[in-house]
Amino acid sequence: MTSQTAAPAGPTALQRFFDSDIWWSFRRNPVAIGAAVVTLLTFLGAGFAPWIAPHNPYDLASLNLMDAGRAPYWLDETWQPGDPRFWLGTDDQGRDILSTILYGARVSLLVGFLAVVFAMSLGILLGLAAGFFGGKVDAFIMRIADVMLSFPAILVALLIDGVFRVSLPSDMHQEIAVYVLVLAIGFSSWVNYGRTVRGSTLVEKSKEYVQAARVIGIHPAKIMLRHILPNVMGPVLVIATINLATAILTEATLSFLGVGVPPTQPSLGTLIRVGNDFLFSGEWWMTLFPGAALVIMVLAVNLLGDWLRDALNPKLR
Amino acid sequence: MLAFILRRLAQSLIVMLVVAFIAFALFTFVGDPLAAMLGQDTTPEERERLRSALGLDRNFLAQFWIFLSNAVQGDFGISYRLVRPVDELILERLPATLELSMTAGLLALLIGIPLGVYTGLNRDSWLSRVFLTVSLIGVSLPTFLIGILLILVFSVWLSWLPSFGRGDVVAFGWWTTGFLTPSGLKALILPSITLCLFQLTLIMRLVRAEMLEVLRTDYIKFARARGLKNRSINFAHALKNTLVPVITITGLQLGSIIAFAIITETVFQWPGMGLLFIQAVGFADIPVMAAYLCLVAFVFVTINLIVDLLYYFVDPRLRADKGTAGGH
Amino acid sequence: MRTNQAPLLEVKNLRVEFPTRRGTLVAVDDVSFSIAPGEVLGVVGESGAGKSLTGAAIIGLLEPPGRVAGGEIRLEGERIDRLPYEQMRRVRGKKIGAIFQDPLTSLNPLFTIGRQLTETILTHIDLSQTQARDRAIELLMEVGIPAADKRIDHYPHQFSGGMRQRVVIALALAANPKLIVADEPTTALDVSIQAQIIALLKKLCRDHGTAVMLVTHDMGVIAETADRVAVMYAGRIAEIGPVREVVKNPRHPYTVGLMGSIPTIGHDAERLTQIDGSMPRLTAIPRGCAFNPRCPHVAERCRTERPDLIDTGATEAACWRHADIRAAAAAE
Repeated sequence: MTSQTAAPAGPTALQRFFDSDIWWSFRRNPVAIGAAVVTLLTFLGAGFAPWIAPHNPYDLASLNLMDAGRAPYWLDETWQPGDPRFWLGTDDQGRDILSTILYGARVSLLVGFLAVVFAMSLGILLGLAAGFFGGKVDAFIMRIADVMLSFPAILVALLIDGVFRVSLPSDMHQEIAVYVLVLAIGFSSWVNYGRTVRGSTLVEKSKEYVQAARVIGIHPAKIMLRHILPNVMGPVLVIATINLATAILTEATLSFLGVGVPPTQPSLGTLIRVGNDFLFSGEWWMTLFPGAALVIMVLAVNLLGDWLRDALNPKLR
Repeated sequence: MLAFILRRLAQSLIVMLVVAFIAFALFTFVGDPLAAMLGQDTTPEERERLRSALGLDRNFLAQFWIFLSNAVQGDFGISYRLVRPVDELILERLPATLELSMTAGLLALLIGIPLGVYTGLNRDSWLSRVFLTVSLIGVSLPTFLIGILLILVFSVWLSWLPSFGRGDVVAFGWWTTGFLTPSGLKALILPSITLCLFQLTLIMRLVRAEMLEVLRTDYIKFARARGLKNRSINFAHALKNTLVPVITITGLQLGSIIAFAIITETVFQWPGMGLLFIQAVGFADIPVMAAYLCLVAFVFVTINLIVDLLYYFVDPRLRADKGTAGGH
Repeated sequence: MRTNQAPLLEVKNLRVEFPTRRGTLVAVDDVSFSIAPGEVLGVVGESGAGKSLTGAAIIGLLEPPGRVAGGEIRLEGERIDRLPYEQMRRVRGKKIGAIFQDPLTSLNPLFTIGRQLTETILTHIDLSQTQARDRAIELLMEVGIPAADKRIDHYPHQFSGGMRQRVVIALALAANPKLIVADEPTTALDVSIQAQIIALLKKLCRDHGTAVMLVTHDMGVIAETADRVAVMYAGRIAEIGPVREVVKNPRHPYTVGLMGSIPTIGHDAERLTQIDGSMPRLTAIPRGCAFNPRCPHVAERCRTERPDLIDTGATEAACWRHADIRAAAAAE
């Protein structure tokens, strides 16, 4: 395609996207396409759980203890016969596993997304501040970042969650548990954003136009923002994608440890924790199916992030 | 060299102080230690006596000082939940956690680094692709799920290996080891695999990325232009340059093994500090939480110091304080 | 200055391609030249003209996906463009040395320069460890490093940029190669040091009888150093010939422009000329002569037919109108 005719005036943003290297690299990468499709499906499945789930597992009226612990329908299990109503079997309360997974993924994704948004906002803000003000502000923020980086996110999250647990009355804690979790996970993962944004800010700050802006009396911060934000969009998007995967995992881990979301709002991690108690009695589907759902979701997001990083950074190929 | 170490030591000390302060703040602002230690029917006089005995009537800084001087001696008070001295509890469980973490860390390094080097050097071979794909699955598998799967397969379905506990241990003074009994070794297998898998994949991916980065540099290109043998370029020139960043992150990873041990210990009911800590979080047992926090911080700071020293030996640029850059 | 000796290096119809998503780019197209033993050939051109890639192709270190797609490269009569990796490795360093642009990044920061020198020597020459070290010290003295017997145990960061480039030259000469490919050896250095390094390179190569392919965009360096010069434009050779002819009486209009842009002391009245426009991107090389959109002498034929190198007497130029241009210049 060497015959590049003169570009027609003003291609739309959409046209430019479809002509871009990203789109091209996406189209010829079957793994990326697969990951995107799976990610989209899980997001849709989780988002529309109340409408597409075959049952409402938290509607006590529809539960029947007679259905408790049924094996998956397609499994030839004589001592706990399956029931066509329950594809993936039921848990110890007679809830349909498929439905609990859909509802659980909803909670997992919600916490994950909110935590990413929180971490991203905090990281961008602190990174901008550190890069722009420099000096003591920079040193202070970056010292905190260093210390936080040397502690695993899960520990920081555990600690923050623990503090809230101890200092709030338990009924109140139940109510805001999800937000505490978002805060804990988000706060434990802002450092990556902060460092990237700080680096980019420092680069922009040394450029001539910033000095020029100062001379003609425009506040440099204003003009820098317009240049910095587009520059960090790519890296931040990559960090955010991978951060979403780790946030979901962290939430699942905390919930598995029993310090995450309350049992009234079970996430995938809670389901695995509950199912784990029935592992030895042979009712493996209570653990394995929510676990598989978690892994598929996280793997898809991770694959997407991996591809995105390579696509935005062609040097790495 | 000495100045460098001293500076690092001072920084570590500050980090430890900050963590100790957080731990102390937990004590002071979160919950009421008196309420936790005394029953309902204590008289006000008794309360007052305990208050002053614990130093709670002094000002904030004085209290922090008491906390610090106690902590340095390993005295973190008495567990609310188990009503035993915290240092005793920790010491009892320390060997279990350390043995598990060290086994897992060693496995992760011994397998992860060679795999990373291999996939970095042969990045188009099908075996590399297999390793990379598997590693991505490894990164996406939460530690607790790996543990559950291993238990399901090897304990429940196959009944080959135990699913919980440490097996028989042999005591040497206060240290107990599971390395010396067959049941202790068998009990170690599943937890250490669970704990190392995530770190292993991370280390492998990191080494690979660094290797690729280094192989693109000018000095590697120049080494090729000098006609050096591939073996020398890959394993002397490239690998040594890869080491610098790898040491840092590996150090951090090994530190986080201690933290991830919490999860593994929960899944396998491994009687270590992590299990103690998670039970303490559930019970708001603040003395145990504080002690664990300080201990983990201490481990991290120590690892960071070792990493800095290793740096110093690998990279001559850090040693060049004398400034011998010659003129033209 | 055509020598009658058999050429040391012969490049014939070399073609280097880069497959990309938008089709295959031809970065070096039908390039032929030769270098005699001990001769210094300067290769000039703007960045992207293909001069560095030609050098990389000769030492067999084109970075993928770039590849030699056609033509042949012969060293002492033997083809080296198709050698298996291991055989080509024995040629590199031993027969063809290389010097890269940036001395700051060419040396491995974690090894002493002594270690880097001796490993290069031992790879190609059968010597003992102590003999190799002695030779390394000799080389360092030869490239003008003071107190070489002490400095040999220093790390690269302990040397200044100019000193490091001297070390790089010592490394390139370590196994006494017949040819050195020097890719912009002074571009990254201070102006004050550039001349020293060029002079050193020239002297050493004369002493050792080493031929040099000197790739640079600095016409001044070429005029001072080279015996012959090849001017590259958009992946092809525009003009090639003895350096005096090319500088004084350029035939190709691109060379004319290039020479016009060198400030010369003593010609104060003449204004520097400038070539309008810029070199076409490799994706959009025009039909006919690649230079035709910028050429002041363009004719109809230039737009349709691509000229090969034509013997103009003193030089060879890829220009249909070289005779007319000569005549015009003579009339002035």
